[in-house]
Amino acid sequence: MREINCQEITDTVARLCIEANYYLGEDVLDALRSAREKEVSPVGQAVLDQIIQNAEIAAYRELPLCQDTGLTVVFLELGQEVHILGGDLYAAINEGVRRGYREGYLRKSVVDKPFSARVNTKDNTPAVIHTDIVPGDKLKITVAPKGGGSENMSYLKMFSPAAGKQGIVDWVVECVDKSEANPCPPIIVGVGIGGTIDQTTLLAKKALLRPAGQPNPDPEVAEMEVEILERVNRLGIGPQGLGGRITALAVHVETFPCHIASMPAAVNIQCHSARHKEAVL
Amino acid sequence: MKITTPLTDEVIEQLHAGDAVEITGTIYVGRDAAHKRMVVALDAGEELPFDPQGQIIYYMGPSPARPGRPIGSAGPTTSYRMDPYTPRMLGVGLKGMIGKGNRSPEVREALKKHKAVYFAATGGAAALIAASIKEAEVIAYEDLGAEALRKLRVEDFPAIVVNDMYGGDVYEQGKGKYASMQVGK
Repeated sequence: MREINCQEITDTVARLCIEANYYLGEDVLDALRSAREKEVSPVGQAVLDQIIQNAEIAAYRELPLCQDTGLTVVFLELGQEVHILGGDLYAAINEGVRRGYREGYLRKSVVDKPFSARVNTKDNTPAVIHTDIVPGDKLKITVAPKGGGSENMSYLKMFSPAAGKQGIVDWVVECVDKSEANPCPPIIVGVGIGGTIDQTTLLAKKALLRPAGQPNPDPEVAEMEVEILERVNRLGIGPQGLGGRITALAVHVETFPCHIASMPAAVNIQCHSARHKEAVL
Repeated sequence: MKITTPLTDEVIEQLHAGDAVEITGTIYVGRDAAHKRMVVALDAGEELPFDPQGQIIYYMGPSPARPGRPIGSAGPTTSYRMDPYTPRMLGVGLKGMIGKGNRSPEVREALKKHKAVYFAATGGAAALIAASIKEAEVIAYEDLGAEALRKLRVEDFPAIVVNDMYGGDVYEQGKGKYASMQVGK
């Protein structure tokens, strides 16, 4: 049995909230630089230059990459041999969010009473927390702030199994097409296939945590990712929707077994400000 | 092309979808909740917290300013959420909007009718855009926090004309031009 104190969890979450919002991952920067080389649209090139320059300014001036510092999504991989001491685990995470968003000058973008008064909670809590219990004696924490503009471009469809691979590929391309400029392209497309509705949407979100452009280890799924990416990048939407070849930096697909009658699929779009940082305690 | 606020009809007439502009002068900032309140005020026959004649509204909710800086990060938010309120705002003299993403057919018609223009700034380039904002103050609805109504002084604020008063749309034009092209070939 290994013991981890809540205070350490709070400190880590606070730090990750700030780092995720100030420092774009090298994987995303590499994908943006590669996109800049491939893009032929002059306005698309100019937008990609701005986005790359923005990442430099944000890191240097300690400013959020985007003013929308997101709803804080936290993924936990909690080793089953870990004993959490000193309080409530989820309260410790929310305290970390509260501190990180205050100390990092991050925007508080969460409202309660979602369909009526929409009252700002003023500290960006509560976080959305997903926990997996895993073997081992460590706790892995991933903080992924998710902006509203790209999250609003999310889709779910309960396919008939007869729709097959082609049905899903066509639908994902259609989802990106109708999202147009709204989710801040160039985007990363997260796709979940299988499970139940809750599982498939979670798969689509988890797909966004993979390093940008890293293929799914299953060759059949990786091939599907390539096919969707090629088709999405023929839509012409381009950086910020102003026209160009690079609409998406990457497509990540995750799968899970499903019921014999079902083939659920979900799309969760990530803007180019693809922010997530992790730590292992 | 460099333009200054307030916008006159002569300036609006010169702007075409796809033009890159640098905006200098005063612009106002409001997004979802502030628009809802402004339209409620107009419906009640009240005056707006600022005179909209010839002005630009920037759809934006900044991150908090560090001490000694006028504003935090300050990029555009997605514009379609303001579509239900926009024809009303254009009807009382607003001449420009800055945001990102597509507008409704009703908004595009209203731009033609009222001689106004919709600009886009680069979404997610919020730290870069902040450098063109020299002063910022909350002028109304302070309780809305990041969504409060603000007044900014900007210098050479970078934007692109999306929808002009002639019905032009840069998203349609751009997509039409690059659709079906292969990547990396």
